[in-house]
Amino acid sequence: MNTKGYLDMELLRFTTAGSVDDGKSTLIGRLLYDSKSIFEDQLEAVEEASRSRGNEEVNLALLTDGLRAEREQGITIDVAYRYFATPKRKFIIADTPGHIQYTRNMVTGASTADLAIILIDARNGVVEQTVRHTYIAVLLNIPHITVCVNKMDLIGFSEDQFEAIRKKYLEVLRKIGAHAEVNFIPISAKYGDNVVKDSDRIPWYRGGTLMHLLETVPIGHKSGEEGDPMRLPVQYVIRPISDKFPDYRGYAGRLASGALHIGERVRLLPSGLESHVKAIYQAEKAMESAFAPASVSVLLTDDIDISRGDFMVSVGQAQPQVSQSLQMMCCWFNEQEMQLNKRYLIRNTVSETVGVVKSVDYRVDINTLEHLEGVTSLKMNDIAQVTLRLAQPMVFDRYVENRTTGSVIFIDPDSFETVGAGMIVDG
Amino acid sequence: MANKLTHLKELESESVYVLREVAAQFERPAILFSGGKDSIVVTHLAYKAFYPAKIPFPLVHIDTGHNFQETLDYRDALVQKLGVRLIVGSVQESIDTGRVKEEKGYNASRNRLQTTTLLDTIEKYKFDACIGGARRDEEKARAKERFFSHRDEFGQWNPKNQRPELWNIFNGKKNMGEHFRVFPISNWTEMDVWQYIYQEQIELPSIYFTHERRCFFRDGQWLAAEPCMKLKPDEEVVTQRVRCRTIGDISCTGLTLSEAHSLEEIIGEIAATRVTERGGRADDKRSETSMEDRKKEGYF
Ligand SMILES: Nc1nc2c(ncn2[C@@H]2O[C@H](COP(=O)(O)OP(=O)(O)O)[C@@H](O)[C@H]2O)c(=O)[nH]1
Repeated sequence: MNTKGYLDMELLRFTTAGSVDDGKSTLIGRLLYDSKSIFEDQLEAVEEASRSRGNEEVNLALLTDGLRAEREQGITIDVAYRYFATPKRKFIIADTPGHIQYTRNMVTGASTADLAIILIDARNGVVEQTVRHTYIAVLLNIPHITVCVNKMDLIGFSEDQFEAIRKKYLEVLRKIGAHAEVNFIPISAKYGDNVVKDSDRIPWYRGGTLMHLLETVPIGHKSGEEGDPMRLPVQYVIRPISDKFPDYRGYAGRLASGALHIGERVRLLPSGLESHVKAIYQAEKAMESAFAPASVSVLLTDDIDISRGDFMVSVGQAQPQVSQSLQMMCCWFNEQEMQLNKRYLIRNTVSETVGVVKSVDYRVDINTLEHLEGVTSLKMNDIAQVTLRLAQPMVFDRYVENRTTGSVIFIDPDSFETVGAGMIVDG
Repeated sequence: MANKLTHLKELESESVYVLREVAAQFERPAILFSGGKDSIVVTHLAYKAFYPAKIPFPLVHIDTGHNFQETLDYRDALVQKLGVRLIVGSVQESIDTGRVKEEKGYNASRNRLQTTTLLDTIEKYKFDACIGGARRDEEKARAKERFFSHRDEFGQWNPKNQRPELWNIFNGKKNMGEHFRVFPISNWTEMDVWQYIYQEQIELPSIYFTHERRCFFRDGQWLAAEPCMKLKPDEEVVTQRVRCRTIGDISCTGLTLSEAHSLEEIIGEIAATRVTERGGRADDKRSETSMEDRKKEGYF
């Protein structure tokens, strides 16, 4: 066993979206099964369950079916996370349902994804839900989109039909105005063609399998490149107050982007106070530099007043915005409608302030991509551009530039539930 | 220059972030320490998250009274080393005071009884966040679990009413009486945990490595022949070389026949096995959805 190799692996997070019955559960089951990530006892349980429901073959979809209520209804109704690894990478799948009222689940699953798999039933081609799923993937700024045209066996592995679907999809992308990188793969999840194993039934397709793509797609976007602006939201102040560390004040947080170096001049926002980096620690390990998404504890040369919610940035780089009004794309999550002028708690990374929605600029019909105006409230699963007014200035980047510092959640001050998600367009 | 974190570093960073959020958002958090490797890893991560300060939470151990002595010795040494407070909730006490009733029969387990003791302990110390070592890959019902898992005032988990969790923004706000379970290593797999233990050279209770033990075979697995276990007439006690893959109450800790003396050897064995670690836990086998049922009641 090569322990070294395993310790060096990278992590890819991806999400899957498709309409009910497009074969999403089967595809995930296939990925797990063919990559040998399924244990015997799990397989036995699924075989047992398949038999008791009168299925003749093992139903791979049952591997990913979750809670009992859902099993009874026969659909997945929430985000479920799955894990598997190959010798090259470790994967986290955010499995989200395609059912119409669950836009919020897909938004949730997409928020942390590096790649989205959009599933299309080859017999149906691009449908309304495909548009919706693609819109959400683009809205959440997922860097890679992979379109899997499934059930190729049912259309006789037709290249023409595949090509027609591809053209239609590219049109949709253009309409959405997406810049994400897109790949198309013809597959049969049920029989395994082009999922993990190459298919000799689709000779006209020369791209790699889905697994090959998952194992090799670049995931540099989330790492802290030197050129990216350094962002460190201060999460917690470590103060041991012990004999051994009488004056230690460590500003703890997880780098949202970029790299941090000893000696660097940093600015704290919103105060604007400046200092230099004296030391960077990960527990007892002192480091010369650190990069996103590492969690660190930072010591500064000056004794300045810093607390949770402050933003540490590098003086020599592009600065984040600081503003009391925000324009953002908002997805509503709660049965209680969003109301204009109601107070919500708005949380961005680790800081929080009160905010009210002053206006709904337009709501997006995510099936037709039309902008609807004159809207004054949002229902669950609605997506709209809204303008907010905040009680205190917020430090942020535009969501398209930084998914961590450009995102917020809405918390209802009465129920404390998370009722909405926002992607900042501008200050 | 490509600045890339390995997946273990990225997972560590995420877990440290979650633990610091707990410290910042809650008033009375605690780590639920079972002595299992997952809670050992969580405790190690907490040590790293707050160093050089001490871990700002006590460790809470729900003692079923049927624990391996090695687990208890390890627990006491760890608490000593870290300088943190240990709080023990005793299932035996819950039985003695009539809060719960001991199960009868051969497959009697105190695992289920723990729930009451745990909820009583939470109530007594007014904990508002209990940090656990559960992972989403362990079991189907856990695949949908949040990092910050909301519990109502009866400690119950409602799978339909969990708050959506987006990006890395965690909402720990709650009404009086409600509390949270927090799972910092949600995204880790069993393999990640072992690899991390290896990478960090974390000390483990000796029973994770091969040793000779008196055992008996029941329902497809080896169990420890300790005094608390009632043997059926046809069950025979034999001495085997075994190790634990996951540790809980003696009654439901399946033992793996193994010759693994070192972490490398354990990792090698795991890479080759084809059975999940929960496959070795009798409590999950009771019904297809048993874990989900216990979760709803307030089980870890
Ligand atoms: N012929 C064929 N059937 C498929 C394929 N993939 C999935 N199916 C079937 O389509 C149905 C729906 O699949 P399922 O995975 O449950 O869909 P989900 O609702 O998207 O999760 C099941 O009966 C599958 O067996 C495929 O590639 N070819």
